Amino acid sequence: MGRDKPTDKNGEMLQGTLDMLVLRTLVMGDAHGHTIAKVIERTSEDVLEVEQGSLYPALHRLEDRGWVSSYWGASENNRKAKFYRLTASGKKQLVAETSRWRQMARAIGLVMGEGLAVQAKTPSAQKQEVPE
Amino acid sequence: MNLRKFVQRRRRDAEVTEEIELHLSQEVEENVARGMSNEEARRQAYLKFGSSRRVREELWQQNTLALFENLWRDLKHAVRTLGRTPGFTVVAVLVMALGIGANTALFTVVRSVLLKPLPYKDPNRLVALCECMKGRVCDDNRGGIAAGSFAEWRKASKSFEQMALGQQWTSYNVSAEGGQLPERVPAGLISWNMFSTLGVQPALGRDFTADDDRQGANGTVMLSWGFWKRRFGGNASIVGKEVFLDAKPYTVIGVMPVWFAYPEAQTQVWAPVYHEMPPRVTRSFDNHQFDVVARLKPDATMAQALSELDAVQKQIKRDNPGPAVKEGVNGTLLLDNMVVDYKTPLYTLLAATGCVLLIACLNVANLLVARSATRRKETAIRAALGGNRWRLIREQITESLVLAAVGGAAGLALAYAGIAWLRVARNDLARAETIHVDGIVVLFVAGITFASGLLAGMIPAFNGGARILENLQESSRSHSGGQNQTRLRKGLLAAEVGLTVVLLVTAGLLLKSYRTLLYTDMGCATDNVLTMQLRLPEARYKEPMQKVAFFEQLIGRVRALPGVETAGLVTVAPGQGWGGDNLVAVVEHPPLPPGKSLDAMERAADPGYFAAMQIPIVRGRTFTDSERLDHAYVMILSQAAVKRFFPDGEDPIGKHLRMGITRQPFEIIGIAGDTRYSISEPMRPMMYWPLWGGVNSGVTILVRSTHDVESLALPVQKSIGGLDRDLPVSDVMTMQQMIGKSIVDASFDSTLTLAFAVIALVLAAVGLYGVLAYLTTQRRSEIGIRIALGAQRSEVLRMMLVNGLAPAWVGLGLGLLSGGFAVRLIRDMLYGVKPLDWSVFAGVALMLLLVSVIACAVPAWRASRLDPMEALRTE
Repeated sequence: MGRDKPTDKNGEMLQGTLDMLVLRTLVMGDAHGHTIAKVIERTSEDVLEVEQGSLYPALHRLEDRGWVSSYWGASENNRKAKFYRLTASGKKQLVAETSRWRQMARAIGLVMGEGLAVQAKTPSAQKQEVPE
Repeated sequence: MNLRKFVQRRRRDAEVTEEIELHLSQEVEENVARGMSNEEARRQAYLKFGSSRRVREELWQQNTLALFENLWRDLKHAVRTLGRTPGFTVVAVLVMALGIGANTALFTVVRSVLLKPLPYKDPNRLVALCECMKGRVCDDNRGGIAAGSFAEWRKASKSFEQMALGQQWTSYNVSAEGGQLPERVPAGLISWNMFSTLGVQPALGRDFTADDDRQGANGTVMLSWGFWKRRFGGNASIVGKEVFLDAKPYTVIGVMPVWFAYPEAQTQVWAPVYHEMPPRVTRSFDNHQFDVVARLKPDATMAQALSELDAVQKQIKRDNPGPAVKEGVNGTLLLDNMVVDYKTPLYTLLAATGCVLLIACLNVANLLVARSATRRKETAIRAALGGNRWRLIREQITESLVLAAVGGAAGLALAYAGIAWLRVARNDLARAETIHVDGIVVLFVAGITFASGLLAGMIPAFNGGARILENLQESSRSHSGGQNQTRLRKGLLAAEVGLTVVLLVTAGLLLKSYRTLLYTDMGCATDNVLTMQLRLPEARYKEPMQKVAFFEQLIGRVRALPGVETAGLVTVAPGQGWGGDNLVAVVEHPPLPPGKSLDAMERAADPGYFAAMQIPIVRGRTFTDSERLDHAYVMILSQAAVKRFFPDGEDPIGKHLRMGITRQPFEIIGIAGDTRYSISEPMRPMMYWPLWGGVNSGVTILVRSTHDVESLALPVQKSIGGLDRDLPVSDVMTMQQMIGKSIVDASFDSTLTLAFAVIALVLAAVGLYGVLAYLTTQRRSEIGIRIALGAQRSEVLRMMLVNGLAPAWVGLGLGLLSGGFAVRLIRDMLYGVKPLDWSVFAGVALMLLLVSVIACAVPAWRASRLDPMEALRTE
């Protein structure tokens, strides 16, 4: 008890965003921890580097909240691996987080004086729903 | 959910480990694919992942409930530390087990006997009534009600739903039938509505009806469950059949439930009182042999109901101004009435066990203080390194809680055994059949276990844990240390000794009064005397002549038996109880002023009774064989009766006494020595008339022999059987056994209190020894220096003794003082001893000092034998 909560020492990822990214990644299909980390890194063009030490606590936290479920299966090279799957409530959560994220990004953009650029993008982005 | 995670966290940890391993191996594979060497690939993978242990710890923490985790850790720590000092642990657990066990046993008894509601319907509306001589104070707690008054009350009362009459002094001969022996069973005579007043239905058959409960009705009887099982094999077809009680036929109408025990646990049969008792008794206003149980209406208060009856009784007194007619009514809840004799003794014993438990806690606290003193350095270092203070305190308390918990478990087992023993040893206790361990008792054990553990742990835990620097400095210099702990330990010890003194004083007083009882002069022979009782059934021995003939034949045969030295017959022998009294008037004296009366206990005896029982005839003579039937109007008075009836010192011989108004006066022919009707009661005036008068049908046979009188029981019983096959004898026992039985509670209370006091004394002695031994070790180097500088060894011995005995002195003073107050509470239990009996107090003080000196002598002597070289070298 009383231990520090994991923080991003490098400041590379805002708190809470990792959960969202993980959920978003799982939209594309069930995956195990390593795959999730790799997908986030690749799709962000290696800008976002997942601090892997916080990935697993995050996955377990999501599981505890019922947003993902897990099962044991065989990995690509046929090893026993724990796969995570997005649940229905996880999908709802992702929608909520996505919209919150959009609002936040827009607000920050406004303050930083990039209002027009972001504003132009935002409406279309907001329409973009999470694929089933 | 959280709890499940908590329980499964070990498995989850294994899973995470596996996940991480997979992750790393995949990373390594990828790195290798990128062209790194195996070594480098592995290094990079680990670098990127960071500490896998940290991830696991984090998850472990996520899955943990802080409370459980800490508790578990503290528990493990406590068990480990306790395991390191098994001697200390065993002593502490034993001490706790004794304290908790004794408390639990007594609590169980107090709860079952005094606190649990009676097993009747709405028991808090059931009232036991009593009649009072003056004002509204009942002199004893027996009902003492006249049936005539009862009838008036019942007519007049508006606040009681029902009122029922009972009488518990009757017993019946059950005839020999079907090869069974005749036996005498205690009976309850009750008005027909007694069971419905209590709210109880028979388990089998029907209740009494008003029609059964009148003169001239057919005899009906209700059986107790136990009697039905024992005598009739639990055969349900007995209902409706006839049995013979005192040689008269009775129809069995039913069987009461197994738990039903009223008026006494021993009651075996019930019969309707108005059918059994002649109208002259049931209509009398001055024959006080009944109890009344009444049920209050839901809207009535007891005070209002009682004052109603009181008014009725005052009117009865105005209409019938006889001296024996009582003038007031009072009452208590039925439960209070039933247990009134046991209240003080049981609460006293409970208080004694409470003291023992408190002493046990103080002792364990004391031991823990000693231990925390030796661990002071460890504690200080941990505190200095940032150990949470609360955490350190918690560890100590957990330790003592573990001790208490183990002690409590052992105590519960002890209590269980104790209660089993007690139920056998004290089956005379009211409601003894209801005593057993139940959920509430287990809860109680858990409660006092927790409280004791907390108490014992708090004292040392909150003592000087905070002064880190001081402690570290202190422990670096061994000879100046421990002042604080020592003062605390001495304080605890003084409290222990004080409590012990209170217990010892109480036990001493009870023991002394028990011994006084044991050696009370009964006024007659008590060694080698055999007693047994029998009653001639009226149905078969109707005429006075028949009774006299039977008794005369019987005593003749008994006296002729080989081994019998002498034998006598009396209606009620010394020590057998009240046995009836009567109002008398001296014919030669002017009538007494109204409101005054002379009263004496009445007995009938055969001519040889006084000689057989070695009761001296101080003046005059005993009865002759010719003073029988119509010539039996002679009387022997006891000395106390003479003093009461003839206060002016005139010669009573030749004077006459009249009992009632109609009967012929009795001539006083002799004066006999006083005897006691009950061992714990003062001598009362007593009068004897000849058994040969043929009035009495119940007698006690007393047989005296030079040795081994018990072996005569069978021959005497055979002589009785030879005269009447259906006649059972009861209460066959020696005079000593009878006396022992009547003082069983005195012996029980004093023995138990003494046992508790001895436990307390041992604990206090152990405590004294422990503190001084500890002090000696603490001051080793100081003493070494003293001796090296030339201090006499005797001087050292004296110094240590004075030091060690200080708490004993303080405790003794405190104990004697509070003991002086405490003994007031047990005044009712004392017999022939004043609460402030100086010899008991002095004896206790002496014994305590002696024990203390012995306990302190060993470590003090050891200190004086110290080798200074060795002591200084260990510095």
